[in-house]
Amino acid sequence: MSLLVIDWFLLIEKLVLIAIIVFASLGIALYTTFAERKVAAVLQDRPGPNRAGPFGLLQPFADGLKLIMKEEIIPNTSNKVLFVLGPILAMTAALMTCAVIPWSSHVELFGRNIELQVADINIGILYIFGVVSLGVYGIMIGGWASNNKFSLMAALRGASQAISYELAMGLSLIAVLMISGSLSLRTIVEQQMTQGGMWNVVYQPLGFLIFFICAMAECNRTPFDLPEAENELNFGYHQEYSSMKLGFYLFAEYVNMIMSSAVMACIFFGGYDIPFLDESTLAPNLAALLGVLALLVKIVIFIFIFMWIRWTIPRFRYDQLMNLGWKTLIPLALLNMLATGAVILWRQG
Amino acid sequence: MDALTNRAQAVGRKPLSLWERLYLPAIFKGMAITFSHIFRKQPTIRYPEQKRPFSPVFRGLHVLNRDEEGRERCTACGLCAVACPAEAITMEAAERLPEEKGLYREEKYAAKYEINMLRCIFCGLCEEACPKDAIYLSETFAPSNFNRQGFIYGKDDLLIPNPKTDPEGYEKAKGRKEPTTAG
Repeated sequence: MSLLVIDWFLLIEKLVLIAIIVFASLGIALYTTFAERKVAAVLQDRPGPNRAGPFGLLQPFADGLKLIMKEEIIPNTSNKVLFVLGPILAMTAALMTCAVIPWSSHVELFGRNIELQVADINIGILYIFGVVSLGVYGIMIGGWASNNKFSLMAALRGASQAISYELAMGLSLIAVLMISGSLSLRTIVEQQMTQGGMWNVVYQPLGFLIFFICAMAECNRTPFDLPEAENELNFGYHQEYSSMKLGFYLFAEYVNMIMSSAVMACIFFGGYDIPFLDESTLAPNLAALLGVLALLVKIVIFIFIFMWIRWTIPRFRYDQLMNLGWKTLIPLALLNMLATGAVILWRQG
Repeated sequence: MDALTNRAQAVGRKPLSLWERLYLPAIFKGMAITFSHIFRKQPTIRYPEQKRPFSPVFRGLHVLNRDEEGRERCTACGLCAVACPAEAITMEAAERLPEEKGLYREEKYAAKYEINMLRCIFCGLCEEACPKDAIYLSETFAPSNFNRQGFIYGKDDLLIPNPKTDPEGYEKAKGRKEPTTAG
């Protein structure tokens, strides 16, 4: 079937893949909200939500239903278009990242070789950085359109924080790129999978640490959740939001968390690589399935660490946040980059 | 000035050392502490399934008592209403008819007996004031309700089951012991 010289099967295949990935991400995000409450509870010697369904497993649906049923309020003095656009942008930007993440190798289905990645573009990491910077528009527009002092302050904080930490994040990645020599996420993962190849975290422990801290700041997670600092800004940039628009903002945070966990797993922890196992000895479909599972396990571990940190560390003060970003992380990332470059040059002789 | 206790500690104001400024050692220490809490025993009592044991002197919902033959003990003397500091008790007295001998112990009885559980402070003074041992406080508390009217308990809510016709219910109300499941 080739009409208009387009491979229609490819189109269908990609559409199905996109649908699966988007719904899976949303489903995981749904249960991440539940996991957050459960993790918080067990870390504080509480049982956590356990009333809705067995072990409280239906709690996220109850929460979602509650948010949808709430009255929707759009403030009179707000900029109506931008007010509605804010949560849409936040959610879209959060979901767009999943386009370049390689979920696993490839499956052979109906005689076709299907790559489990929506788009294997050769500038995958650049794309992620572009989309992540878009995410800040959701916060900015939402906070500005609400026409509320606190929201505006929170939006300003969010924007300056995201911009500051993006720098250190990018610099810490450059060292990885120098090792791999490619911006494509699939290539980076496959390099870590080769026999004798180590995960990038072994070569770049400092780079990973910086990236992890910056990812936390980008996701607005504690200890960097200044845009929603309840004690100073009431509720932060989404103060005027209600109903599912608020839900979208809260949800986007969890989708962001999943996506940054996936990116970290791919760049530093071998993506869909199963440690101490040579995947090429397995049947390709089985290897792909196990690969997806391996990536999911890594994502879950990262999400747990995110939550674990949230329920341990208090929030940074704003000047401390900026000090850490500009005076510590960026110089460290630069040093890391120079050291990596020097070692690569030295090994080339 | 002398310190009141010997536990006072001077607060150090010296700048953080390099090790402290790294933050990470302290953060890992904190994370180890929170992680260890995963394995702690939770003190939570899962209420509707698990119940705490009541103290033997617990004062809960009121019960209007009957004697061994199932006759109501209350004579509507009004002493409980007088003793009540919250003025939660109201009653109306009536005279016993000859054919009602099996129902009421004395010649006078309470035709209406109401306790407003929203006013009641569960002090137990009614129990102490009663000369006929007709009212006492049990080991249950008033269940929630959607309207205030539901908290005004009448005689049908307060009377203990008749030991003649419903000995099981009577013993249950009398024994005051609900099995406690909390550890």
